[in-house]
Amino acid sequence: MVQKCNGGRLTLDAIRTTPFHSRTAPLVRGQGWRRWAGYVVPTSYDLIHELEYNAIRGTAALIDVTPLFKYRIRGPGAAPLLDRVVTRDVARCKVGRVLYTPWCDAEGKVLDDGTVTRLEEQDFRMTSAHPNLRWLHQNAIGFDVEIEDETEAIAALSLQGPAAREILMGIAEGESEADVEKLRFFRATAARLGGIAATVTRTGYTGDLGYEIWVANERAESLWDLLIDAGAAHGLLPTGLLAMDVARIEAGLLLIDVDYVSARHALIEQQKSSPFELGLGWTVAKEKAPFVGQRALEAERRRSPEWAFRGLVVDWDSLEALFGEVGLPPQLPSAAWRTSTPVYDAKGQVGYATSGCWSPLLKKYLALAHLIGTHAGPGTELELEMTVEHRRKRARATVVETPFFDPERKRA
Amino acid sequence: MSAGRHDAIVIGSGVEELVAAARLASAGLGVLVLEAGDSVGGPAASGEVLPGFRIDPVFPDAGFLDPRALRDLALESHGLALLAPDPILAAPAESGEPLVLRRDLERTRASIAKRSARDADRWVAFAETMEAFAGILEEASIRPPVEPAGPLADLAPYLGLGKRVRALGRARMTELFRVLPLPVQDLLDDTFEDDLLKGALAAGAVRGIFQGPRSPGTAFVLLHHHVGNPAGVFGVRTVVRGGTGALVEALASAARERGVEIRSRAPVERILCEKGRATGTALTDGAEIAARAVLSGAGPARTFLEWTGTTWLDPDFVHAVRMIRFRGGSARVHLALSEAPRFEGLPDTPPGVIAIAPDPDSVERAYDDAKHGAFSARPVLEARIASIADPSLAPPGRHVMSVDVRFVPPGGSTGNGDGSSREAIGDRVIDLLEERAPNLPGAILGREVTLPSDLETRYGLTGGDPFQGELGLDQLLFMRPVPGWAGYRTPIAGLYLCGAGTHPAGAVTGASGRHAADAMIADRRRNR
Amino acid sequence: MQLSKTWDAIVIGGGHNGLVCAAYLARAGRDVLVLERRPLLGGAAVTEEVFSGFRFSVFSYVVSLLRPEIIRDLDLPGHGLHIIPLESTFNPLPDGDYLATWADADETRRELYRHSPRDADAMQEFGRLMQRMAMAVKPILGIEPPDPASWHPRDLLAMGRLGKHFRDLGARDLHALVKLMTMSSADYLGEWFESEALKAAKSASGIIGTFLGPRSPGTAYVLLHHYMGEIDGVFRAWGFARGGTGAVSEAIGSAARRFGAEIRTEAAVSRVLVEEGRAQGVVLESGEEIRARTVVSGLDPRRTFLELVERQELPDELLTAVERFRFRGSSGKVNLALSEPPNFTALPGNGPHLKGAMAIAPSVDYLERAYDDAKYGDFSRRPFLDIVMPSMIDPTMAPPGQHVMSIFVQYAPYHRKGGWDGRSREAFGDAVVDTLAEYAPNIRSAILHRQVITPADIEAVTGLSEGNIFQGELALSQLFFLRPAPAWADHRTPVRGYYQCGSGTHPGGGIMGASGRLASRAILADGPRR
Repeated sequence: MVQKCNGGRLTLDAIRTTPFHSRTAPLVRGQGWRRWAGYVVPTSYDLIHELEYNAIRGTAALIDVTPLFKYRIRGPGAAPLLDRVVTRDVARCKVGRVLYTPWCDAEGKVLDDGTVTRLEEQDFRMTSAHPNLRWLHQNAIGFDVEIEDETEAIAALSLQGPAAREILMGIAEGESEADVEKLRFFRATAARLGGIAATVTRTGYTGDLGYEIWVANERAESLWDLLIDAGAAHGLLPTGLLAMDVARIEAGLLLIDVDYVSARHALIEQQKSSPFELGLGWTVAKEKAPFVGQRALEAERRRSPEWAFRGLVVDWDSLEALFGEVGLPPQLPSAAWRTSTPVYDAKGQVGYATSGCWSPLLKKYLALAHLIGTHAGPGTELELEMTVEHRRKRARATVVETPFFDPERKRA
Repeated sequence: MSAGRHDAIVIGSGVEELVAAARLASAGLGVLVLEAGDSVGGPAASGEVLPGFRIDPVFPDAGFLDPRALRDLALESHGLALLAPDPILAAPAESGEPLVLRRDLERTRASIAKRSARDADRWVAFAETMEAFAGILEEASIRPPVEPAGPLADLAPYLGLGKRVRALGRARMTELFRVLPLPVQDLLDDTFEDDLLKGALAAGAVRGIFQGPRSPGTAFVLLHHHVGNPAGVFGVRTVVRGGTGALVEALASAARERGVEIRSRAPVERILCEKGRATGTALTDGAEIAARAVLSGAGPARTFLEWTGTTWLDPDFVHAVRMIRFRGGSARVHLALSEAPRFEGLPDTPPGVIAIAPDPDSVERAYDDAKHGAFSARPVLEARIASIADPSLAPPGRHVMSVDVRFVPPGGSTGNGDGSSREAIGDRVIDLLEERAPNLPGAILGREVTLPSDLETRYGLTGGDPFQGELGLDQLLFMRPVPGWAGYRTPIAGLYLCGAGTHPAGAVTGASGRHAADAMIADRRRNR
Repeated sequence: MQLSKTWDAIVIGGGHNGLVCAAYLARAGRDVLVLERRPLLGGAAVTEEVFSGFRFSVFSYVVSLLRPEIIRDLDLPGHGLHIIPLESTFNPLPDGDYLATWADADETRRELYRHSPRDADAMQEFGRLMQRMAMAVKPILGIEPPDPASWHPRDLLAMGRLGKHFRDLGARDLHALVKLMTMSSADYLGEWFESEALKAAKSASGIIGTFLGPRSPGTAYVLLHHYMGEIDGVFRAWGFARGGTGAVSEAIGSAARRFGAEIRTEAAVSRVLVEEGRAQGVVLESGEEIRARTVVSGLDPRRTFLELVERQELPDELLTAVERFRFRGSSGKVNLALSEPPNFTALPGNGPHLKGAMAIAPSVDYLERAYDDAKYGDFSRRPFLDIVMPSMIDPTMAPPGQHVMSIFVQYAPYHRKGGWDGRSREAFGDAVVDTLAEYAPNIRSAILHRQVITPADIEAVTGLSEGNIFQGELALSQLFFLRPAPAWADHRTPVRGYYQCGSGTHPGGGIMGASGRLASRAILADGPRR
């Protein structure tokens, strides 16, 4: 790594930080940071992440998700453009709704996934994990739209957990309080939070009751302070990526670069996946305007996809027995893992798991896996490779539908 | 017929479109041809500088006419007559002997010998080698392109081509591979020493490409324009009595005879599509005409970026279409003359091409100017006084002269990015010609200057490029008009392309129309 | 040294390819003698203390593509080779801004984003495509080109394999490869990027060593070179060798000696001894005759065929092909000894950008105009400069606190109108310093010494014909089975026992060593006597 130059003239000068950095940095006790889309964000604030996980599921967690890519698409052609890009039906998306959706290349292979929020009739915000500005522009030829990259202008906080609604209502002013209270799952509203104009969406990456709050960078610190103050009484905890990673696996939510490779980045065909192969068949709208990849996806729908994306629950007895053979109790991963791991049936390999974790809440060892379609039926008994005292073993595992954990409060 | 649904609509009435229309009609299809202009032919139609002085406004000649079209459509019976002007290429010298290339290799040799004995010795071998190479290109041009990464069975027709390449023998075969990507200047330097000869040949190798003779790929362009020509015949290709417009009229007559309906003053506004399938066209007057299939000869950019819209097209395809290089770098100056120009050193006014390009560097410098956005200080000229071989084009004793002028900077609304006006370009051309033919300025009765921007506004030729896409090595064969869609079909079912924007880029006139019609007929049989 | 000894093999020329070939032959147990004309090894890959205390990679200045298998096979690190990657590129621009790329992908993205948000996206996709293209091309670099005119089953099989290789790429990648091989770098980059500075910076790499401009077709595929390293598992494609490029030659020479090869310097070969159509040894300029069963020329094709052997030993087609083979050296070098580093107006101070590659290539049009000057026989008034300062990373190259700067300059045509002499050489040097001073005004006062090298100098010192750094243009017409001539692209020659191993043979170009290695394989495959 080259030395950092002083003076602030170089673009390589500083490690990229989010607008919340002045607030988050002093709290990161273990100095655990991770790069995310060019920014550094905390992996966990405390020395262990379990407390933060428990905040997500038990009280409330505050997560800095600013590094998401954010695009604003406005104009008469905004809805038609987004309809051309994503697999879901944007034309039927009403103002104030949020769509979770993948988008594909012409061969119907997933490029990225994210959310599309209809802020106004002709005004949308799209979020994504990877940059998509060029892709939007390439698709926008002939459309009357304005595309603005607001990635660096808009800060985002994710407020997740059973107490999230109460905390948010506590800082919402005037009508906003009611707007927040009645905000349904995957809906968006403009809100005034302690004098700050924000967009609130009932979305998140934890599979719990939760919100994401979008504000201009300049208001980021105030928003943080406001939430931390209001949340104190509710057990709100600043939370890092490690805890969120466990929660998202429990919720069965995909992670790009981990659970799938963007078709844009794949070096070989086999690395690409269609929405059907990622368990996102439900996002491919049947009756909608033409969109990129439609032809290929309709064909794939007819012939049923080759791969399926499913949950695996490792059989506890089998796990205990494997470790028992060498005289150990089961050794469980403390954080989620992301190493592709083979999955077998009696005859041979039938797939691979791309992420997994021990669920402290469910007391289950979980994994998300790509399985050959014929071996993906819920209830199918398979085996997951596991390294036990330096030796490769196989633990029994059962195919299940995701999410593994789906509390009623998420939608209620 | 126009009330109901047509089997096929053909957009445009140029040579390719008419060949296609006639072929479709011969296969039993009901065909409607839509021409935007007042008369049949589009850019290939005849024009006039002054009343009674007929010219071909866009194309200097008819290219190499697909012999299959001549035969199938019995074009002679529709009035087509071909001429073979001789000498084919003359290059007046600043001083010393002019260069005169004739159909007879020995006579050409004698002319070259007056300038360089060494070059004369090498001429016949060079001419024969180039003819052999052009024969290979012809072989590739008279059949539809195939995708090399496609099914092996599709490659079978190209086995014949492979055999012909092999039949060249080791020396010529490897030489072919060496020459195809070569700068034409290197090819000429390898063989000749006389600048005038090299300049005259180099001038013809930058026709259809916005590059100078030092650029790789220009040797290919020389060969491309040589397809179908006998050994040693550079410069002139098929010349039609009455001009290229007469070819269009013969084709239109043959097409009508087969039941084709040709409607002029019918400019297309949109190609109608439903569920990814072309269903007809909408005209600018609002009329919608339904058809089972549509064939566009208007080139890929207009067809997809103006007429179909991008709804049914993948972004990568749209990007590829937008990235096609259209760089029309030629202007044309048409003159009505009271007498034939007399070129110094030439006893008779030659009927073929008169090249004003004293050496390859003059061509390169002309390109340099335009590359940096200015009209060439000393442009390269390829002139022809068509009325010498075909007196019917002008009133008795009078003449028409058309001059291809390279280079004008491509792009820009006026086609003269340096701000020089249309008339200034005309004046510079006349001045240059006067250096070789002093009687010319006094003989001018009328003149018309056509810029690339005129080609775009009058005929819809994108970028003012009559080839509908630069003749670069990356825009040929299976890469033309865009990679993956070279077979005249398009991502929109029932929509087909023909014209110079598709293979073989005008190397064989009528071939793309024929192949596109065949693709449509084959799909129709398979009910696609 | 026994004068009467008959060697298994003599390698003519101690350039990197000759040394690689010798090392492989020695490793296989052959008794090998390398003959180098100059007092030091390396050919164009030499380090010399040109000015007291200042050591320069006089000619070749970066190590880009030295094959990793050669580094492994010959254990070059064990012989002192250490290649240090260049981690950044820096291009100052006339408007006072600059364009840089850094080792970290996020930081590079941020920098590109400053110039064009769309280009920042495009760069990642472009990189991915280039990586796939490099994968597509790499197998070609490692094989002997088959002869397409041959009916020999070996050639037919190899042609079939090639055809299959290209078909297996799939239509999309095959089309991309065709475009890359035939387009101009300006047009190719124009399909991806909109930032003029970025297009210029990238297209500059497409013209290095060619006598073409960025708008000339055939310049795009050189863009691939930047990505070849990545698929070989090399962290960065471009780097310096510690101790200068001469250290590469020294390491290969040392490895060759370890395997038993003998290396003689100041031993210029005047001709190859040919008896009854077979090479029998060489005659030195001193008149000394050395006999060998195999003779390998590491010199360029012109010298290999037109100077070292008699014309009557060779078929006419080969002679014609070699006579037509184009060299047209187009570049020069200016080596500066500096009292202090350059202070760029666009990015003042002693920053990390000085440790990477720096270039003056502000726009495609600038490069194209530089080419225009050269086309008609003069050096560019405002040339393209590719600059590195090895002393920033390897302090042994200059006295403490002082620096060496290596400037690769294009265009400087070998065939300069009026030829090259002392005056034109200095005028050329002045043009280079003037150009650099526009961006780093302190450079003039920082210069302690200056060495200016024209293509004529390159030819005179290293023997490279017309000063072409690749031993012949890397143009489509001179690649693969056409390099250096049809039917003789497999490192053999019509003279039995006489081989060629220089960059004038497939795959050629750069300090790659692949030609030397392929030649050694051909020699070993032919057995002790062919």
